[in-house]
Amino acid sequence: MILTEAEKVEITAHRKRYEELKTVGQGEAPRALPPATSRDDAPIVENAIVHREIVPAGWYWTMKLDRGETLRLLNQSGKSCGALTAWNRADPSERLNHADTVKVQWAAALRKGRVILSDMGRVVFSITEDTSGAHDAITGVSNARTVLDRYGEGFRNTRDNLALAAGKIGLDRADIASVVNFFAPVSVSEDGTFRWDENKRSAGDFVDLRAELDLWVAISNCPHPMDPAKIYAPGDLVAIRYRSKPPMADDLCRTASAEAKRAFENNALYLEGTAQ
Amino acid sequence: MTKALKTSGRIIVDFEIPAKKPWSAFVKKGQTLRIVDTHGQQAIDTLFYCADNLQERYSAQDTLRAQVSAYISTGTKIVSSEGRTMLRVTADSCGLHDTSAGACSCESNTVRFGHETKYQHACRENFVLEATKYGLGKRDIVPNLNFFMNVPIDPQGNFTVVDGVSKPGDYIELVAEIDVLCLISNCPQINNPCNGFYPTPVQVTIFEADS
Repeated sequence: MILTEAEKVEITAHRKRYEELKTVGQGEAPRALPPATSRDDAPIVENAIVHREIVPAGWYWTMKLDRGETLRLLNQSGKSCGALTAWNRADPSERLNHADTVKVQWAAALRKGRVILSDMGRVVFSITEDTSGAHDAITGVSNARTVLDRYGEGFRNTRDNLALAAGKIGLDRADIASVVNFFAPVSVSEDGTFRWDENKRSAGDFVDLRAELDLWVAISNCPHPMDPAKIYAPGDLVAIRYRSKPPMADDLCRTASAEAKRAFENNALYLEGTAQ
Repeated sequence: MTKALKTSGRIIVDFEIPAKKPWSAFVKKGQTLRIVDTHGQQAIDTLFYCADNLQERYSAQDTLRAQVSAYISTGTKIVSSEGRTMLRVTADSCGLHDTSAGACSCESNTVRFGHETKYQHACRENFVLEATKYGLGKRDIVPNLNFFMNVPIDPQGNFTVVDGVSKPGDYIELVAEIDVLCLISNCPQINNPCNGFYPTPVQVTIFEADS
């Protein structure tokens, strides 16, 4: 392969720009993120609550979440995993995309200050509060096979739960793409294998997800397929939909990184109706 | 380059995918799909669909969890959205492939690299156009496999696309366990090292081993 001088110059320029983006994306941006929320902190004002739902072990829930509202997931028992996916209500072909979320932010670890992106370069959720930072955007959900192999007959699974959740808003299996698992302490070891750190989740952990588009949201409360517990007992998962304060100009999630800023610029263009 | 590789059996398809272009074909149960990174350091974005039900498709998250490991190589089972094994990786001269980073799109490029990159060709443009040949559309495009793409994830969760390690002629082979449709986007990205900042052609071969 013989490159022209012009091509070599272009390649060098693109590499230089990529290295600059990487230095900031993995250096300054994550260092500026705040520590985890304390479990006693960030109380919700009672009259801001729109709805409070208790999702029993093994079950699912579909909800409407308007832009500016926040969904708090509360791991009441400490044993729940909230598998979540979301769609743009105005056009459900736009949906949560785990790969873009981790790639764009140079980080597989979701925590307070990060955002969750759609496949259209827009922000679906801002993670405005988070007590654990122990979530999983990589390893997916249980299905009929994994649950049967692990626990035997008679237990519900997240893949089918999400198909049911989608079905109730006129969507189907083809509309379920990526899932993010909250309260699922999965990380990647040096040798590339996944590990589960049970001590990174506790009863009372919560995460707040502020909707940045008008959304349909589906959550499922089944054991994460990597959860080492031998019995099927995830406990109740509490989901609280509440009206949150409008973000200020210095809002953490909107300013945490150059990438987040550009994603919010895409949201703004979309919401103004000047882009699709 | 493929001439140097032995193929014992009947060749069904042998095609050079030009740089930046899409390609698709059915791979029947028992047939082998070989993908050759002819020039080295070229990401080859790939999706699979079950031929008997195109709604059942490749799942990156299920594939990784099933093997409890973050990278793709020999022995990896390619797992569907319903937990079925679609193909198995039976040979791999490179040893390192990604399925966490998904495909580039015009929209995600604006977020990653700046709004000025919006009108550059991208993998999801390739995927959608190729998918429409089979009655599929944008909602059927999900996070995919990236053969020959090097994306280390460290224990702190740092996630980086770095220089590929594939040499010219490196190849990967997958044997289909069920009939599948394969969609490929020969990645056109020029803003990160996944293609050495210079997209190149690749070779795909589908063959049946002698029985």
